[in-house]
Amino acid sequence: MMKETLERIREEALKQIQESDALDRLNEIRVAYLGKKGELTSVLKGMKDVAPEERPKVGQMVNDARSAIEEKLEEAKTALAAKMREEQLKREVIDVTLPAKKMNVGHSHPNTIALEEVERIFVGMGYEVIEGPEVEYDHYNFERLNIPKNHPARDEQDTFYINDTIVLRSQTSPVQVRTMETRELPIRMIAPGRVFRSDEVDATHSPSFHQIEGLVIDKNITFADLKGTLAEFAKELFGTETKVKFRPHHFPFTEPSAEMDVTCFKCGGKGCRFCKGSGWIEILGCGMVHPNVLKMSGIDPDEYSGFAFGVGLERIALLKYEIDDMRLLYENDVRFLKQF
Amino acid sequence: MNTALSWIKAYVPDLDVTAQEYTDAMTLSGTKVEGYECLDKNLENIVVGEILSIERHPDADKLIVCQVNIGTETIQIVTGAPNVKVGDKVPVVLDGGKVAGGHDGGPLPENGIKIKKGKLRGIESNGMMCSIEELGSSRDMYPNAPESGIYILPADAVPGADAVELLGLHDVVFEYEITSNRVDCYSVIGIAREAAATFQKEFCPPVVKETGNAEDIHDYLDVVVEDTELCPRYCARMVKNIKLAPSPEWMQRRLAASGIRPINNIVDITNYVMEEYGQPMHAFDYDQLGGHKIVVKCAKDGDTFQTLDGQMRTLDSRVLMINDGEKEVGIAGIMGGENSKITDDVKTMVFEAACFDGTNIRLSAKRIGLRTDASGKFEKGLDPNNAKEAIDRACQLIEELGAGEVVGGIIDIYPNPVGDSRVPFEPEKMNRLLGTNIPAEDMLAYFEKIGLSYDKEANEVVAPSFRQDIHCMADLAEEVARFFGYDNIPTTLPSGEATTGKLSYKLRVEEVAREVAEFCGFSQSMTYSFESPKAFDKLLIPADSKLRDVVTILNPLGEDFSVMRTQPLNGMLTSLSTNYNRRNKEVKLYELANVYLPKALPLTELPDERMQFTLGMYGSGDFFSMKGVVEEFFDKVGMHKKAQYNPKAGKPFLHPGRQAEILYDGKSVGYMGELHPQVADNYKIGEKTYVAVLDMPVVTELATFDRKYTGIAKFPAVTRDISMVMKKEILVGDVEKMIEQRGGKILESYKLFDIYEGSQIAEGYKSVAYSITFRAKDHTLEDKEVSAVMEKILHGLRSMGIELRG
Repeated sequence: MMKETLERIREEALKQIQESDALDRLNEIRVAYLGKKGELTSVLKGMKDVAPEERPKVGQMVNDARSAIEEKLEEAKTALAAKMREEQLKREVIDVTLPAKKMNVGHSHPNTIALEEVERIFVGMGYEVIEGPEVEYDHYNFERLNIPKNHPARDEQDTFYINDTIVLRSQTSPVQVRTMETRELPIRMIAPGRVFRSDEVDATHSPSFHQIEGLVIDKNITFADLKGTLAEFAKELFGTETKVKFRPHHFPFTEPSAEMDVTCFKCGGKGCRFCKGSGWIEILGCGMVHPNVLKMSGIDPDEYSGFAFGVGLERIALLKYEIDDMRLLYENDVRFLKQF
Repeated sequence: MNTALSWIKAYVPDLDVTAQEYTDAMTLSGTKVEGYECLDKNLENIVVGEILSIERHPDADKLIVCQVNIGTETIQIVTGAPNVKVGDKVPVVLDGGKVAGGHDGGPLPENGIKIKKGKLRGIESNGMMCSIEELGSSRDMYPNAPESGIYILPADAVPGADAVELLGLHDVVFEYEITSNRVDCYSVIGIAREAAATFQKEFCPPVVKETGNAEDIHDYLDVVVEDTELCPRYCARMVKNIKLAPSPEWMQRRLAASGIRPINNIVDITNYVMEEYGQPMHAFDYDQLGGHKIVVKCAKDGDTFQTLDGQMRTLDSRVLMINDGEKEVGIAGIMGGENSKITDDVKTMVFEAACFDGTNIRLSAKRIGLRTDASGKFEKGLDPNNAKEAIDRACQLIEELGAGEVVGGIIDIYPNPVGDSRVPFEPEKMNRLLGTNIPAEDMLAYFEKIGLSYDKEANEVVAPSFRQDIHCMADLAEEVARFFGYDNIPTTLPSGEATTGKLSYKLRVEEVAREVAEFCGFSQSMTYSFESPKAFDKLLIPADSKLRDVVTILNPLGEDFSVMRTQPLNGMLTSLSTNYNRRNKEVKLYELANVYLPKALPLTELPDERMQFTLGMYGSGDFFSMKGVVEEFFDKVGMHKKAQYNPKAGKPFLHPGRQAEILYDGKSVGYMGELHPQVADNYKIGEKTYVAVLDMPVVTELATFDRKYTGIAKFPAVTRDISMVMKKEILVGDVEKMIEQRGGKILESYKLFDIYEGSQIAEGYKSVAYSITFRAKDHTLEDKEVSAVMEKILHGLRSMGIELRG
């Protein structure tokens, strides 16, 4: 009798579990059968009417029924949860091609991007980045660079004057002098910064632009070292395939002096519109520091030698990023800046 | 500097190179060729033709039909040219040939003009007779060409011969960039010397012969140089019985290729020698030199003088003049006078070849406002030793060309002759500087090629005075490197002790500024350091403001670029304005650049250059989002304390109720605010604009890159909310100060979560609500601890006249 009842309860419960399709319903079933007032619980409560020798057997049967129901409940619950998760995921499908919500991060100026590339290369080679004043004494901008008063090079540079002794620096080279004057040897430094020349504004000129000066002073520094260092720099900046060519030139503060050309990075040196057919692009001026400059800075040219170079930052930015008008660099139109 | 290849070849006869080979090799040895022009480009199939007969065209009044002997045959050509007659020799382009330009002398087409046979009004024409313009030149360069019409070749031209050759157009004109140290290369001889050394060919400069009749110049002329500093050398020679005539073709061609118009034999010889030797010369009409004297001395302040171009010039006491003992007859080294210039009636003349101080010529030319070919050469600082050879060369040409009778002798005032310069020959040192291993003999061979000799006894290299640039070992090393070849020098990297590559602390702080600004959506702008003084008015900066003490440029590019900025806003606002004008929405810019604050005016020492971090934006965000950027920056440079904002920043260009001075640790770090609507109008920005300016030297001082971990809280926090009503004028900042003061050690943080004005709040009042969080490091807070602190805070707030609610 008890056995049939249990059998029936078990059958009914399992059937209901099978048929249920919601977690709530499963809970109801749990309460209806296994809860304090549930059917199975009431069977246990009727245990007192069972003969004592039968009780363990019946107890065992009740427990079997309970675990069967519990097991089935758990199974159903897991299946149902999986099914619901499945449905949820289906509901939550999105169109991944909808537009992004951008953070609108700002952009660096192309000059800065170019400068950081140059700085990275030279800092990696052990150069310190040093700055100097933009409003500078004539003494540092010219005289200490072997350009005495009335030297024709002063006219070539179209300098802005504040008074007889103070100018807007026309080059970053005075930082060379200031560095030699104050730093311990050996020196390896680059000095980026603004320089000024009285050129009217047009597509290739600006009265204010940037240069990066470089200076190395040590024992046994050679012209070959200058060539090697700058060739390395050109490869880093413009790609490993880049070749360099040094042409003799003249600067009052270096001797021997040179200009360095690099193979056109557009055509690889074959000649194109970009390099005006020559396959080469002029990139910087350089040379061995003139013994007069060393002497004026208190360095013995018999013991020490060095090389120096100067690169136009805008020139690199314009070339590298193919900007066709220098004026764009100082207009600050966000549509321009956003491209970098 | 332009020269024709043919002229170079005159002194380097074995030179046999293409224009491109010449360009490449000369550039690599230091004489940079900027470009070249082949004069016979687009001249094809052009021969000498002889006109055998001329008939009128039956159907056209303005055309004639010519039978032309072109050597191999006779062809018929129809032309409209009015100037040809039977027997003339003319350039004829044959069927399928090419000419360089049209007869109108307009711009030359890139690929020339192809000529084909055809019919003109029904009559066959098998070629074209050419004008000088069609041959790509002009009457300026070929003065004997007719004004319009066919160029007539010399009578001895042979029909069928190459007419282009006859015209001297199989030539290449090179344009050089000569560096200022190589004054000698501003001459054909100088360049030829370099070319001979570059191509290892023999250099054959002109051989200057003795010239002159039995007379002595001293019987005609007296020369006195009063200022030998400004005129280190003065050479004069004389020519009488002058026969003015056109100079010969070869001379005209060489001048034309150099861009100089042939005029007559005398003028052409002066120009020719100036090009050949780089020595400017001048010719005076001897009969106009009243005192038959030349006195070289300075003018007086305020003197005026009429130069040979007819202009009146005002002089001063530093301008060196040529005087004839009675009057001034020329501005030394710049231009001769109207009163003594060579005219068609000249009979006797004085040639001058002098050396004037380059700097003085340059400055004088600048002051007078007259820069000439001559002054351009003098200002480079010429070699005085060149003057005599040049003047003798000119006299030789006079004789050769039959232009006159050269008077014997020379007047040469040269009190302090310039000698050679001597530099010790130190091959090891040169190799050490270059990083090479070049044998000493090779070095000496290079030197010899360029006219430097070796004094074996003294072991010195001797540089003649035309190489004024050679003074020391490094100068010689450059000569060695040039001819050894820069390309052949090895490439190595510096050896020696390692150095540490790094950025300065200042640059690191700036780098963080850029990172934060960009992360917050600001793009980097760059503006000029100089601007218009009117910027102060646009920014409503009062007349007595210290900001108006500016560093002023003496020679600016106009007023708009005349003063060094003392505030960074004009640049920023101009950039924002450009963007606004171009309808760019939501613009955020930042700039890192200096302002220049004079320590005293007039400037005696360098101004204080202060890096400013300037942020500006319109179209999105407000005062508080700008404040957020400022605080993000502070946080990233280790400035973790609370910045203070003083609403009385006193900035006239900002909204009076929406501006703040930014203080950190009691120091003023900068300011920020909303742009004053009047200033926005002045810059034509039609939206609310917010700016912040941080003074980077102060930031750099306060910043730190030290970081220390303080642990993560282990014990729970307790949060209490307070709600207040207070007068509008009470600053939330002051409420926060009170919370901080009274919060004690257990105060962890506080957060404003509501601020409200309007209905339910009395007029002139605002409601403000804060959530305050407490936490102890070492234990779980008890309610009474928190309550005690809260009581202190509330008490403090009440004392400020704040009403607490619920």
